[in-house]
Amino acid sequence: MKIKKNIPLIDQHDKFGFWGGKFGGNFIPETLKKPIEDLTDKFEKLRKDQNFLKKRDFYFKNYIGSPTSFTKLENLSDHLNGAQIWAKVVSEANGGAHKIYNATVHALICRAMGKKYIIGDTGAGYAGKMLSMAAKKFGLKCKIFMGAKDIKRQKPNCDAMKKNGAEIVPVYSGSQTLVDAVSECMRYWVSNCDNTHMCVGSTVGPNIFVKICGWSTAQISKELKTQIKQKFKKIPKKLKLINCVGGGSSAYGFWSEFIDYDKNHIELIGVEAGGPKKSLLHAAPLSRNAKIGILHGAASYVCQNNEGQIHETESISAGLDYPGVSPIHCFLKDTKRAKYTYATDEEALSAYQLVTKFEKLNPSLEPSHAFAEAIKIAPKLSKDTIIVVNSCGDAKKDRDILIERLGGNL
Amino acid sequence: MKNSLINQSFVNARKENRPALLTYSVAGDNTKKRSLEILKSLSEYADICELGFPHNTPIADGGQIQTSAYRAIKNGIKINDVFSIVSNFKKIKKNKPIILMGYYNMVYQYNENKFISKCKKAKVDGLIIVDLPYPENKVFAAKCKKNNINFIQLISPTTSKLRLKKIVSDSHDMIYYISMLSTTGGKLKVSAKEIIKQYQKIKNQNKSKNVVIGFGITEKTIKSLKKADGLVVGSAICKEITRSIKKRQNTVTNVINLVKKLKNKIK
Ligand SMILES: Cc1ncc(COP(=O)(O)O)c(C=O)c1O
Repeated sequence: MKIKKNIPLIDQHDKFGFWGGKFGGNFIPETLKKPIEDLTDKFEKLRKDQNFLKKRDFYFKNYIGSPTSFTKLENLSDHLNGAQIWAKVVSEANGGAHKIYNATVHALICRAMGKKYIIGDTGAGYAGKMLSMAAKKFGLKCKIFMGAKDIKRQKPNCDAMKKNGAEIVPVYSGSQTLVDAVSECMRYWVSNCDNTHMCVGSTVGPNIFVKICGWSTAQISKELKTQIKQKFKKIPKKLKLINCVGGGSSAYGFWSEFIDYDKNHIELIGVEAGGPKKSLLHAAPLSRNAKIGILHGAASYVCQNNEGQIHETESISAGLDYPGVSPIHCFLKDTKRAKYTYATDEEALSAYQLVTKFEKLNPSLEPSHAFAEAIKIAPKLSKDTIIVVNSCGDAKKDRDILIERLGGNL
Repeated sequence: MKNSLINQSFVNARKENRPALLTYSVAGDNTKKRSLEILKSLSEYADICELGFPHNTPIADGGQIQTSAYRAIKNGIKINDVFSIVSNFKKIKKNKPIILMGYYNMVYQYNENKFISKCKKAKVDGLIIVDLPYPENKVFAAKCKKNNINFIQLISPTTSKLRLKKIVSDSHDMIYYISMLSTTGGKLKVSAKEIIKQYQKIKNQNKSKNVVIGFGITEKTIKSLKKADGLVVGSAICKEITRSIKKRQNTVTNVINLVKKLKNKIK
């Protein structure tokens, strides 16, 4: 298994849609074969279509607000007294997280396909909020599938979805979190694929959804590469890019331009959700060595029992609370190009406290997992090591959880 | 697989001038023992019994079958139990065909070859793997055939003409036509006439293949599709089981009454 150079990772799959011969694919009911084939053809055309690319760039700049800033966290770096810590503040994007890139592109594709209805899943509520925004902007009717547990814990984002005119469909099956939302969304699509376009909220699902999402979030690393060259004149000798990984859309987008570099030069570190410190449940299939399984139409490392039943997961962060992960990250893991670890709920919370104490930055619980790793390793590293953390979401949505868990120490 | 029990069931039904009746129930719903009893009673009227091996993330099943599946998993059903239910069933009904139906991850975790050899041992007659479509299923389907197990291909209203041709030519004794764009258990939203028209397109490819229609078939709709080689009833049965449990009535008796009625409608 080997990564090829000069070809985007999203395109390095075989004719059946597998990366590294075994991750990804299309494990889908017959009914979805045709809509997925149609979407695949359309996307391959659109990504070569200059008009479409112009449109994308226009909305990325004028609607999403690209580029988001790249900034040194001076106080945090001083405090940790080791590697320099920088942040790519993707939460500045319209809506407050990276999910807007994928949502905008899907809305544009939906329009190009002549469909009027768009549906999507959401965990933290950002994917749903962004899809509702994009739907409103482009005149589409929107339904969002969301686990009942997540509706309770991510209320601010639900309020936003409703304000944008989207219908939230609560999902009561299973653990009532993201995994169930994605299943229910796919089921709805099976029944309505003739007039409805489906957006998958991360780099997961059948092959084409991994590709569209990765193609969209790749904007983040395109910006970052330019910004790093501007700040440092050239790419620093020791660079570490740290990103949280739920489905992996933010991490892939943050890394895509840097995958061809040697790992001793640019290290890619993904941080999964370790769950509560004392719990056996987690959402960390890569770093806690889950077996390969099939979930939501693709093969990937999946938290599951030995019969193939998908495990319930547990994490303070709704966005990372998912038993599977992108096939692309499985490929990056097995080729050893990226390294994956996890942070517990408690570590993410203390990272949140430390970052907000020293910096004017308010990372949501998902990127707080990435900060936890940065905070852990920075003191042991030399001052010329540059750590960049993708601060990919804003913590406004986590207000209730943060008050409950941190109370007066917020 | 000319002499397969599956094929034979269609021949028998045809002799009686009626479509074959196929039932679907979930292994372990609501207990292992009870689901075997239900299977036995279904087989009094059904020509072929489909038995679901439940998965907790079923992306193509509607509410009724999900409820049955979650209930079975909660009550501890394991894949090996499914095989033993089939074995026990076959001890007393050795000529009644059984088709196992489920999702690929369960087969994958068990190991494809091991799964197939277990099927063979238990005398499973056919397999439906919902999320292993053509052409991804080619290798697996060939392995099934080699072991005298029917791999059952699915065709849906969205299947293109070219694809339909290829699927039919790759199919074994039976093909499953999904009546409409829906998960299992949806309300029939297409006219019987339209469904039969699509069904006929498949038949026209190869008259010797047995084509069954499933999804949305209930007491109300079954008669209108009588022309087909076979008709599958699943969600209606799961729903009846759920209803019986809620009302603390005897699931076996109620299910028997339901299939009896279904069978009468197509006689
Ligand atoms: C802010 C934020 N970060 C990260 C994630 C995790 O998703 P992914 O790994 O696809 O970036 C989410 C998902 O909801 C999110 O809202």
